[in-house]
Amino acid sequence: MSKRYELRFSGAGGQGLITAGIIMAEAAAIIEGRYTAQSQSYGPEARGGASKSEVIISDEPIDYPKATAVDACLALTQQAADKYAAGVKPGGMLLLDSDFVKRDPEGDFRIVKFPIIRTAKDEVGREIVANVVALGAMVALTGIISRESGEQAVIARVPEAFIELNKKAYNTGFEKVKALLA
Amino acid sequence: MAFDYEQYLRPGKLPHIWCPGCGHGIVMKGLLRAIDRCGLQKNNTAIVSGTGCASRLPGYVDFNTLHTAHGRAAAFATGIKMAKPEMDVLVVGGDGDGIAIGGNHFIHACRRNIDMTYVLMNNYIYGMTGGQFSPCTPTGDRTSTTPYGNPDPIFDVAKLAIGAGATFVARTTAFHATQIDKLITAGLRHKGMAVIEVLDDCPTAFGRHNKFRSVVEMMKRLKDIAVPTQAASQMSPDQLRGKILTGILHQEEKPEYCEQYQQVIARAQAAAKF
Amino acid sequence: MAKKVALLQGNEACAHGALYAGCRFFGGYPITPSTEVAEVMAVELPKIGGTFIQMEDEIGAMASILGAALTGAKAFTATSGPGMSLKQELIGYACMAEIPCVIVNVMRGGPSTGMPTGPSQSDVMQARWGTHGDHPAIALAPSSCQEIFSETVRAFNLAETYRMPVQILLDEINGHMRERIEIPEPGDLEVLNRQLPTVAPEDYKPFDDTQGDVPPLAAFGSDYRYHVTGLNKAADGFPTSKPELVDAEKRRQLRKIEANQAHIEKNEEYRVEDAEVILVAYGTISRSARAAVDHLRNDGIKAGLFRPITLWPFPEKRMARLAEQARAIVVPEMNLGQLILEIERATRRVCPVEGIGRVDGELITPAEIVAKVKEVL
Repeated sequence: MSKRYELRFSGAGGQGLITAGIIMAEAAAIIEGRYTAQSQSYGPEARGGASKSEVIISDEPIDYPKATAVDACLALTQQAADKYAAGVKPGGMLLLDSDFVKRDPEGDFRIVKFPIIRTAKDEVGREIVANVVALGAMVALTGIISRESGEQAVIARVPEAFIELNKKAYNTGFEKVKALLA
Repeated sequence: MAFDYEQYLRPGKLPHIWCPGCGHGIVMKGLLRAIDRCGLQKNNTAIVSGTGCASRLPGYVDFNTLHTAHGRAAAFATGIKMAKPEMDVLVVGGDGDGIAIGGNHFIHACRRNIDMTYVLMNNYIYGMTGGQFSPCTPTGDRTSTTPYGNPDPIFDVAKLAIGAGATFVARTTAFHATQIDKLITAGLRHKGMAVIEVLDDCPTAFGRHNKFRSVVEMMKRLKDIAVPTQAASQMSPDQLRGKILTGILHQEEKPEYCEQYQQVIARAQAAAKF
Repeated sequence: MAKKVALLQGNEACAHGALYAGCRFFGGYPITPSTEVAEVMAVELPKIGGTFIQMEDEIGAMASILGAALTGAKAFTATSGPGMSLKQELIGYACMAEIPCVIVNVMRGGPSTGMPTGPSQSDVMQARWGTHGDHPAIALAPSSCQEIFSETVRAFNLAETYRMPVQILLDEINGHMRERIEIPEPGDLEVLNRQLPTVAPEDYKPFDDTQGDVPPLAAFGSDYRYHVTGLNKAADGFPTSKPELVDAEKRRQLRKIEANQAHIEKNEEYRVEDAEVILVAYGTISRSARAAVDHLRNDGIKAGLFRPITLWPFPEKRMARLAEQARAIVVPEMNLGQLILEIERATRRVCPVEGIGRVDGELITPAEIVAKVKEVL
């Protein structure tokens, strides 16, 4: 592992990608005690439009706080995949929602895909937790934080009544990617 | 026994800057009588103004006094009152200061119903800058910037305050000297935003442009146009044309802002316990 | 004991720094990208009995904190670009009446509405000269979220120490970025309070300079009564237009900074000892510059970073000394050349001073800085 690791969560506004990035950052920063910088692009629209959240995790203090060569990128929409795949570094990884990204971007990276939003709806039971499914998937894909840290960070962030739902979402996403990588 | 104004005046700060014949001094004396009647303590009282002739009043009186930027008095006063709700806070100022450049602060102080007393001296003009029209200059009147007659309609200060949510609104004139302190006293005793508009004369800037030959003539006009609210109810619309109503125009009980904020504190602290 | 660790946005860190410093009054008005500061204060202040008020406009917000500060409270407001323009009137009042307060300006693209969600560093000169008239200025430009916390505490200390407004300049990037920060325990960071009068109330003069350039400031509602005005005034606080008194007052207000520059100044230097190229950068862009220094060193170019944390007063003496050893100075900033003017003045251009300006809402990258340095050499 290089000392600086860059993740990007992209899709449409309202899909909870900024939250997914924040949970990833909380796991790395608070639970694992590592240098972490999380940022996002803001648009004036709270819903719809393009949305992007970036997390940089490092074993040294982070200087430039934005992604320059992305190690792993999530794209939940075709638009996001087309726009952000180019930022993935050679040998990096791209996680796609196979229902919404019909044309795979071309480049020197490994593509992993499954129907993320459909999994949230049909297997977990609520579409709203698709971002947590995606988070679990990104943790499995990258191994940049431990599975337990990610789960702990999810639990710390969600209200009591939704802990079980979110744990299920996180672990479902994790297991999906683990199976795909096997 | 004559009222002892000296006890509230800062030694060595007079003479004031107001022109001979200006009504601001009459208002200041009324204000001091009201403060005395209500027993306000000097150390616990803040008097805040913006900028303009009337806004020089705080410099002459012996309280915590704050002479701020043009129009901003109500907002400074809000900061004082919210930071130290136990203080008695008054605002004094003119029509241009309070209703034009400070209009936004004025209406929002009224809306919050924060417990302070605003004495607005309305002399229909910007006096300190030499007599330009204000939002209270009557339509058609002449000033140095309305040399062909004022095309603007006016703000009715009292109606504006009532509409904005002030819970005590009264009006009198500089001619009705004893009514000034009665109304300010009632305003100080009222819990919530109290606005007392005092129609005032500016012989130098307004009188000169509008063919008033003397201060006496201007004062006489203030006397003639004033109609107490009780009397007005017996008068026909024709009889009321060109008149203004005086006395307490509006009073109601509504939650006061500092008390409302105390409830916010209580709710926040209760929530923090869980 | 393990430190309390949190992942906080710069804006949130700023608000928590203010609370740590003893801030008990916030008067604000919503504006992107500073709003999170107000949101944290709205949650936290009532819990500790402090006051949060959302005012009717930016000027009202500024007025409310000055009123509150006169009652003895440490008072704070947050804004951005257009709001900062509006606040200038009363920043001048605070300088003139010598009222301590802290204003954070989360800079965004301008002028006018500009780019509300885009970062910028284009208010550097406004922070110095935004209000009319000769006046003192202190402006701090922290870089990381941890530093935003600690510099906010320092901003309150400086405001209280010198009885004047202090500005914190953030930008949309470090205002919204989240980083791991260690929350200091009470006592870890110095917290200073304004000097209160010790003379008898009847002898109190709010601008008495016989004991020093920063007169003690009494609180409204205490045993001391006094007058405050935005007019030029004598030691007793009452207006004057006597030339010698007006002159003395203005010079004393500027002297608060000039005579204490060493105490107010704060800089960070990175690999400058043998540097032939000095990068000068502040706030978020200093992070790009620091990365660029390492890249350049790897390429065999002796680069170093000089990072002023206090932008105003500008650390001119140290800057001048570094210029003497440099073959070139390169100044990346998210504007079209603001701090560079001060650097040119301080260094008297003993070496070439080149700027990299960006005003498109994108960060200046380390690669851009590296390329510019190679072009300059």
